[in-house]
Amino acid sequence: MKIGLVVNPVAGLGGAVGLKGTDGPDTVAEALRRGAVARSGARARRAMARLADRVPGTAVVTAPGALGADWLAGLDLSVEVRETGGASGTARDTREAVAAMADCDLVVFAGGDGTARDVAGRLPERAALLGIPCGVKMHSGVFAVSPDAAGALLADIVAAPDRVAWDPEAEVMDIDEPVLRAGRLAPRLYGHARTPLARGRIQASKGGPRKDWGAELRGAADEVARGMEPGTLYVIGPGTSAGAVARALGLTPTVLGTDAIRDGALVAQDARASDLERLAGDGPVRIVLGVTGQQGFLLGRGNQQIAPALIRRAGREGLIVLATEDKLAALAQPRLWVDTGDPDLDRELCGFLRVRTGRGREMVMRVATS
Amino acid sequence: MTRLPEFRAAKWDEPVVMEMGRPGGRGQHFPAPEPEVTEAVGAALIPAAMARQDRPELPEITEFEAQRHYLHLSQMTLGMMGVSLFGTCTMKYNSKTAEFATLRPELAEVHPYQHPDTLQGVLEIMHDFDGILRSLSGMDQFIFQAGGGADAAYTMACVARAYWQDRGMLGQRTEMVTSMQAHPCNPATAAAAGFKVVNLPLEENGYPSLEALKAAVSEKTALIMINNPDDMGIYNPEIKEWVKAAKEVGALCFYDHANFNGVMGKLSARELGFDACMFMLHKTFGAPKAGGGPAVGAFGCTDDLAAYLPTPVVVKSGGRYLLDEDRPKSAGKVREFWGNVPQVVKAYAWARAMGAEGIQLGSDISVVANNYMDKRLGEIPGLARSNPQVGQHRMEMTRWSLGPLAEETGVGTVDFANRMADYGIDPWWMSHEPWIVAEPFTPEAGELWSKEDIDLWIDVVAKICEEARSDPDMVKSAPHNQPIAQVKGDAFEDPAKWAMTWRAWKRKRAGSDAARGAA
Repeated sequence: MKIGLVVNPVAGLGGAVGLKGTDGPDTVAEALRRGAVARSGARARRAMARLADRVPGTAVVTAPGALGADWLAGLDLSVEVRETGGASGTARDTREAVAAMADCDLVVFAGGDGTARDVAGRLPERAALLGIPCGVKMHSGVFAVSPDAAGALLADIVAAPDRVAWDPEAEVMDIDEPVLRAGRLAPRLYGHARTPLARGRIQASKGGPRKDWGAELRGAADEVARGMEPGTLYVIGPGTSAGAVARALGLTPTVLGTDAIRDGALVAQDARASDLERLAGDGPVRIVLGVTGQQGFLLGRGNQQIAPALIRRAGREGLIVLATEDKLAALAQPRLWVDTGDPDLDRELCGFLRVRTGRGREMVMRVATS
Repeated sequence: MTRLPEFRAAKWDEPVVMEMGRPGGRGQHFPAPEPEVTEAVGAALIPAAMARQDRPELPEITEFEAQRHYLHLSQMTLGMMGVSLFGTCTMKYNSKTAEFATLRPELAEVHPYQHPDTLQGVLEIMHDFDGILRSLSGMDQFIFQAGGGADAAYTMACVARAYWQDRGMLGQRTEMVTSMQAHPCNPATAAAAGFKVVNLPLEENGYPSLEALKAAVSEKTALIMINNPDDMGIYNPEIKEWVKAAKEVGALCFYDHANFNGVMGKLSARELGFDACMFMLHKTFGAPKAGGGPAVGAFGCTDDLAAYLPTPVVVKSGGRYLLDEDRPKSAGKVREFWGNVPQVVKAYAWARAMGAEGIQLGSDISVVANNYMDKRLGEIPGLARSNPQVGQHRMEMTRWSLGPLAEETGVGTVDFANRMADYGIDPWWMSHEPWIVAEPFTPEAGELWSKEDIDLWIDVVAKICEEARSDPDMVKSAPHNQPIAQVKGDAFEDPAKWAMTWRAWKRKRAGSDAARGAA
């Protein structure tokens, strides 16, 4: 397992000074002008120090200077520094650093959603991604809960791999910051990445079968597919959980986008809000959704194509939500969040909702608005 | 700090008994019958059709060798007499007096096919013990047929199914509502009986919210199945409102008393509004739990549900004890006969020895002991209590997390459990599935253990925490002082690698030899 490390030295600058993010050089300059202090390097060092304590001498590939090597000085790690195109202070640095890590199996980054997106865009094929949380925006499912937790997870990957589970498809999401500063939180789903998870909540296999969560999801999806009513438009939200319903019908979902199914056939792929509205017409609508990992978002994170008008048409009763019990148990809070952009609708959706967790199994989850 | 034991288990590297001995080896040689005996009784005492044609495949060893072998095997175990604070299992001493009572011929030599007139003594004990459980729960009738707690939960699911079927409403009452932290046998048995499972997650108080329950129950709810306290050790103070909410939609309410020890004698399932409950005699009531059995899940219910109970039910009529099989609405049997009767007798002996006041005191001691443990465990760096924001005292056990220590050292709860055995301490209980706390462990002191025993257990935990920091690899490769080192769990997932009997092992080994030969 070859580990690469890249630090976005300006990640998180915007947060403490009210900028809601740090994307782009102008924002960085403004943040510094407002007195922001960079913390990502120190946080990366905390994570790597935990790794060095637990597994001294671990080999780490990194980029020069503030992009990595500076933060590893003096730690008991075997560091290989790969030259890149030089530090420009922009996202290009991250991308070039990752491009120099083509032989790595796992790329660890210190940053936020913007950095995650930059790293994921250049990630070597089959490599995994792990975030040391440093950003202002962290809606992606690739972050450890703290720098120490990230370091512990790395140590486990090297020294105790049976304590590590892998999420094959954690969400990589990012927000358009200018829109956010204008008061709208509209993160988009940019892709999925393989991400390590601490196995602390899952029994390490010392006898007894492991639960096959994929089979649970397929069971739930199959039940939804069998219960579909003729003439109803089923909007299939992004992500693998919602997509499992399309797969149960023998269809191939657009995992990063929204599809629609009526009478067992795909009637829209990667649809926009207007497409869905037109397809819905005056007929009945139901919306199939997953839940974002760790964060627990149901609506408003990566699925803005599903617009308030459509949600209102379906109503809370018309939401079909799929998530496995392990995913629900790993949520930071026992809540599902909605942020549709329409505060009245958000309030209407609050209450309790049944999540389908397997064949003949449901979990009653509280829906809340932030 | 207590002086920790320097323990080293015996290791006898000897073959399994089937591979021992020599042709002709015997436990005892019996003389051939004298001619006059043969003449009197005949030579062919066993009818030809019943006599076996081949020799039984038994090890040919002397009685002395058999004794020695089994002594050696016992020396390689912890013997179930050590300090075992195995949470949710309510470990108790199993009195030898009760054991001897069950060896008496009045019990050991009777058979359930005998006429009840010849079984009056044992039926009286079962009937009287039914009365004791009634007084502890407020229920109207108990049966002992279920072979364990999960079997008793299944009894409830079957009784509920029969109840709704009798009303012609089984098509409508399709759902069972439970908590994420209820023991997994509740959702599992309800699903086995054909109900859809509706789970409730724990919220901030450490138990599911009343609001969530109210949102979950409806005219579709057949029953709710719930533990209280749950394995976090947190008592849900809203339980009466829960039962009320379920009753308002017509659902049946089942109280899984798996965690009864902290509340025994303090509350009555009936007074809380429940329709039925279950006690584990092999836990709370001092009967042995062996390696997964024989156990008894005593199932009790109100008169409204009694018609649906599995048969037979022990009843008293006109001064006689009878086995009532004539119950046309019965859900049928969950197991043969009346249950593991010797366990019922042992539980009866425990209850009579304790008395009502003793049972109350035992409950108090178990809660005090656990809170003493909580206090001391809380002083050990690296351990974290589950639901730390919950201020209320825990009941008879507490779910703890080794998460902080695991993050710091890489030593997890499974490693830790293995290392405990090196001190002659029984490995701790971790958690039922699903694990909702990182690296969980769940100690339960109960009323048996002395303060010295509890201190020893805690001191071993503190010592292993130190070892995890100073020499994590040593802890992760434990046990070192046991006859067998780490067991590779993967083998259990491959049936070709294990066998439950000698015959199956030989068959599997022959199969793999043949496969090797062919390759």
